[in-house]
Amino acid sequence: MIRQADLVATRPADAFPDAGSTARIVPKGRPAAIRRARPWADVLFSATVHLAAWVTLAILVGIVLSLVVGALPAIEQFGLGFLTSAQWDPVQDKYGGLVMIYGTLMTSFIALLIAVPVSFGIALFLTELSPAWLKRPLGTAVELLAAIPSIVYGMWGLLVFSPVLSSYVQQPLEKTFAGMPVLGALFSGPPVGIGLLSAGIILAIMVIPFIASVMRDVFEVTPPLLKESAYGLGSTTWEVMIKVVLPYTKTGVIGGIMLGLGRALGETMAVTFVIGNFNQLDSLSLFEAANSITSALANEFAEAGDGLHKAALMYLALVLFFITFVVLGGSKLLLARLGKREGARS
Amino acid sequence: MDTRVDKSAATAITGTPKFSIRNLNFYYGKFHALKGISLDIPENKVTAFIGPSGCGKSTLLRTFNRMFELYPEQRAEGEIILDGENILASKEDASLIRARVGMVFQKPTPFPMSIYDNVAYGIRLFESLPRVEMDERVEWALRKAALWTEVKDKLAQNGAGLSGGQQQRLCIARGIAIKPEVLLLDEPCSALDPISTGKIEELIHELKSDYTVVIVTHNLQQAARSSDFTAYMYLGDLIEFGRTQDLFMRPTKRDTEDYITGRFG
Amino acid sequence: MSTAPKGTVSTAAQVARAARHAARKRVNAIALSLSLAAMAFGLFWLLWILEETIRLGIGGMSLSLFTQSTPPPQAPTGGLANAIFGSLSMVAVATLIGTPIGILAGIYLAEYGTKSRLGHVTRFMNDILLAAPSIVIGLFIYSIVVVPTRTFSGWAGALALSLIVIPIVVRTTENMLRLIPHTLREAAFALGAPKWRVIMSITLKAARAGVITGVLLALARVAGETAPLLFTALSNQFWSSDLGGPTASLPVTIFKFAMSPYENWQKLAWAGVFVITAGVLALNILARVLVRTKP
Repeated sequence: MIRQADLVATRPADAFPDAGSTARIVPKGRPAAIRRARPWADVLFSATVHLAAWVTLAILVGIVLSLVVGALPAIEQFGLGFLTSAQWDPVQDKYGGLVMIYGTLMTSFIALLIAVPVSFGIALFLTELSPAWLKRPLGTAVELLAAIPSIVYGMWGLLVFSPVLSSYVQQPLEKTFAGMPVLGALFSGPPVGIGLLSAGIILAIMVIPFIASVMRDVFEVTPPLLKESAYGLGSTTWEVMIKVVLPYTKTGVIGGIMLGLGRALGETMAVTFVIGNFNQLDSLSLFEAANSITSALANEFAEAGDGLHKAALMYLALVLFFITFVVLGGSKLLLARLGKREGARS
Repeated sequence: MDTRVDKSAATAITGTPKFSIRNLNFYYGKFHALKGISLDIPENKVTAFIGPSGCGKSTLLRTFNRMFELYPEQRAEGEIILDGENILASKEDASLIRARVGMVFQKPTPFPMSIYDNVAYGIRLFESLPRVEMDERVEWALRKAALWTEVKDKLAQNGAGLSGGQQQRLCIARGIAIKPEVLLLDEPCSALDPISTGKIEELIHELKSDYTVVIVTHNLQQAARSSDFTAYMYLGDLIEFGRTQDLFMRPTKRDTEDYITGRFG
Repeated sequence: MSTAPKGTVSTAAQVARAARHAARKRVNAIALSLSLAAMAFGLFWLLWILEETIRLGIGGMSLSLFTQSTPPPQAPTGGLANAIFGSLSMVAVATLIGTPIGILAGIYLAEYGTKSRLGHVTRFMNDILLAAPSIVIGLFIYSIVVVPTRTFSGWAGALALSLIVIPIVVRTTENMLRLIPHTLREAAFALGAPKWRVIMSITLKAARAGVITGVLLALARVAGETAPLLFTALSNQFWSSDLGGPTASLPVTIFKFAMSPYENWQKLAWAGVFVITAGVLALNILARVLVRTKP
């Protein structure tokens, strides 16, 4: 109930030492005219930022256009058969991109095969297992791994890693699987440390920090209450991760994996050093010298003749861009649809 | 007791109204948030808007400085007449209106700059004062907001380093510095501790001699203590408006009495 | 057993529960040790790469690295001065071009285009650009700059690098601006500030630390990029301060030297790798420190 006394504000005299005295200071009249400086400034600023957005769009459109224009002679000459032909002959001007396309896809596949589980393990460790004092330094270490330029990976891969891979991995693998139907073919060939497997492993090491960081970030923002409810029912850590955290974060996790895939597909230097740069597809072997789109471009473009050779390389670049676009665009659509369904359910 | 909602609660008040609201309707998209509000806000007095959550009191407040225009889904129809001119229909830039109708928000929002620059920010938008005059104006505004003695030695410090109550007084100083005619306060004390709240209520009492103050509050005791006039709103309608004494002691509407006595809300 | 009250678990069920529990615990233990192994796996590569880079690179470090230009194969002396200078110049130009465009586009996305069609499309395209293969960007600049001007040039290289800077800065600027609470903007509007003032003097200022970090990270990224320079700046054996012609850069020089059979070149390549890695890691750490010290 409101009483009469409540309506009278209590005003202790010493609440504000200066308020009382300066209440007598009357403001020196209204400002002469409230001027509004530069009303056109808002319009100019808005136009400038809109322009910047259009520039970003124009860059992408420009890239696609220039690739198409550059590849046109090859597209006209070879059509879609370019994608299935393994013949790459600059002397006779006959080109087919199958070797490179296969190389790109295979190395990325191997990279993801290794990187996704390892990244998941790292993210799990960083969020659930690691003692608090270790979290920051380890997290930083993972992010620093992501910052190392790809050329370092490539050079290290060729000069340090491949001899080791050759003796400790490839040779034993070859001996173990010799004679077996599919695996034997995969692990045959000269075990000198180059080839698709080598490139795939180095690519995996490159991509792990990206995927692990994204996974770690989304695991970390899972509401603790959600995890605690699961623990409270008697779940083990592993069960909480698989049954509660992973489903909750699946959008972010898939997004992170797609990002890693995009990186792997487009990577040049890490792959060029060790892939062998040899345009053959005679065997399934992961040890034979092979080629990927990016390494073919890196090695051949500068010296390529200004005719069909250059156009064929541009065609390859167009194919790569298309694959990247499909992977990224597709994953965005998928995630948007997943998000909508989640929203409808909750 | 009349339980019907009186849509034309235009009032008989003594003194000139500073601004008048005539048949104001407000929409969030399709949602009809304010329904035909008509009201006179008296000059140099403190008017409080009270009502349960969602009744539209903050929405109403934010029409007075056209703050809703920042959001495309929000629109207002009707008239708000300030000094003879309908500010809703005015082709005038909203920023000029906002220089005359200032606002302080629920959470203190110091700008990322020094205390001095915070207060000077609004001034610099509209006037170019020489340094000496600017210093005077900043000091004047800080004194008016009862913050001067506490910050006069650290004007160069970042505004975020002050306590919650001090930050809110800084925001008030900032709003006063451009010498508005009206001050809108949207639950200015809800994020503050009781002592700071008391100080700000004191301040409001001092400010009304120079400004017309409109305050939105969910704290009935605060409304009773600090205001001269009170408007009670419910679900987008203006239920009752009158002198605070009258409204609290002898409400004419059943709904008002229910709210004030705590029977709901 | 059949006389046990319904609210509790019968003994047989309890035994079954215990057995399951043991199995679940085993699975958990295996999974967690694999997780530890994964962490060790990741750390192992980082440490090995860093160790080799330092070991092989530091041997080639000397003052002449910064004072002498790239030597011919098998020459006794030489350094990487022209490559370092070329990289610094091109990275600087790229950052100068890319940062303003990136920040402005980021401002558009956060302050003007949150719901508009143009905003959605730009955001989508920017994400594609962010993940586009950098060699393709090099080819793009080749087609529109190198071919018409009939020369490889440092400007073309810088332009290609700027196309990598832009999407990174756009993304971080937009994210940082979006983190600023609406009430801060409203408080500035309430004083009568025009929109551009609110953005520049309040919102952008509040997000300053994050935006600068974004720029630093973009810088660190392009400093190590090789592919976009291969067909734009090409390379240059000799010292040149003229960006209008082929310009040496650290990554491309390393590429050329490392793939060669010459020992002096390989040594220089390792030294170059060391310099790049040190520089990039320093920038990253600087960016991190910046984010932590500013409130």
